[in-house]
Amino acid sequence: MVFYGTALLAGCLFAGLALGQLIGSSLGIQSDIGGVGIAMLLLIGSTSWLTRRGAWSPSFAPGVQYWGDIYIPIVVAMAASQNVRGALTGGSLAFAAGVASVALAFATVALLIRRFGRSPAAHDAQVSP
Amino acid sequence: MSAALLDLAQKYALVVAFALVGLVMLVSYQASRLFTRGRVHGSAIAIFMGLVAAVAIGYLTGGKKGVADLPLLVGVGTMGGAMFRDFAIVATAYGVRIRDLRDSGIHGIVSLCAGLLVAFAAGIAVAWVFGVRDPVELTTLGAGAATYIVGPVTGAALGASSEVVALSIAAGLVKAILVMLATPALARPIGLDNPRAAMIYGGVMGTNSGVIAGLAATDPKLVPYGAMTATFYTGLGCLIGPSLVFAFVRFLVST
Repeated sequence: MVFYGTALLAGCLFAGLALGQLIGSSLGIQSDIGGVGIAMLLLIGSTSWLTRRGAWSPSFAPGVQYWGDIYIPIVVAMAASQNVRGALTGGSLAFAAGVASVALAFATVALLIRRFGRSPAAHDAQVSP
Repeated sequence: MSAALLDLAQKYALVVAFALVGLVMLVSYQASRLFTRGRVHGSAIAIFMGLVAAVAIGYLTGGKKGVADLPLLVGVGTMGGAMFRDFAIVATAYGVRIRDLRDSGIHGIVSLCAGLLVAFAAGIAVAWVFGVRDPVELTTLGAGAATYIVGPVTGAALGASSEVVALSIAAGLVKAILVMLATPALARPIGLDNPRAAMIYGGVMGTNSGVIAGLAATDPKLVPYGAMTATFYTGLGCLIGPSLVFAFVRFLVST
């Protein structure tokens, strides 16, 4: 039954978002913390647990994979429903703040990747400055 | 006749969106192959087309939801909304190797802290240059330079005026869109080509939509790793914005 995969995905997403919301509200903020990330860990964990127990049939997999495969069209739809006009007409302060933030962030990424992110296998060798 | 057709399209809005977005994908991937010999990824072209359509229709309707403000295209808003987006992004984690995540967990945390620090600093510095001196406004604008959710949440917590909150949202939008557009071009020079690098990138950039779209247009295999760390960014930003950052900014302004 291919739908079992989709149902598991749905369960993981909802549980992850609920947990993220719970963590957020326990810290007193109106935003979830890591809901999607927790859901991803739940999905990875539950599928590998079910596989080890022999309860995960390969026939379930397409019910998850299909959704992963169509995320690019979904992202295109997301881009098309952004308030891009708001970004363009937000004024020079907003524009400058956004540009400065992105420029600094890319510089930071480049620095951190050069230091830690070349290849996952060789990180022990890259501790020295 | 056309009224009945519009009625049908609104009733089956999501179906219309699937067909339309599929058409955009087809055109973009063909354009990538024919005009750029695959050098510019088809998904980058598709995302760019989506943004251009959002601007054009945004000016037409004066709304805030891009093409989704057009009654015929509300389904695009549903398809690109948080529910479908999160569902699809979590699905990409299927098949991720646990080892890659575990080995890079500490780098994810370091990059989250570095990314938030840099974003707040950039936003606050720019606001200062523009003559802003009020600690509440400085913090809210710094939060906007993190993401367009951290900005309004922080502003609401601190009691900032709606003008400043709107500015912070605009700053976050500029960031998200710039990240979408710049990532495919900058990926190679900065070494964004493996799972750990993607986790670092997601943690530093933090803007969910920007990170996901940027990685989609760079290398689809990297999406789950970047999305994993980016998902913690907004929550952490909302946590430290009205507390730690605000306390620090107030201290700086008073001295």
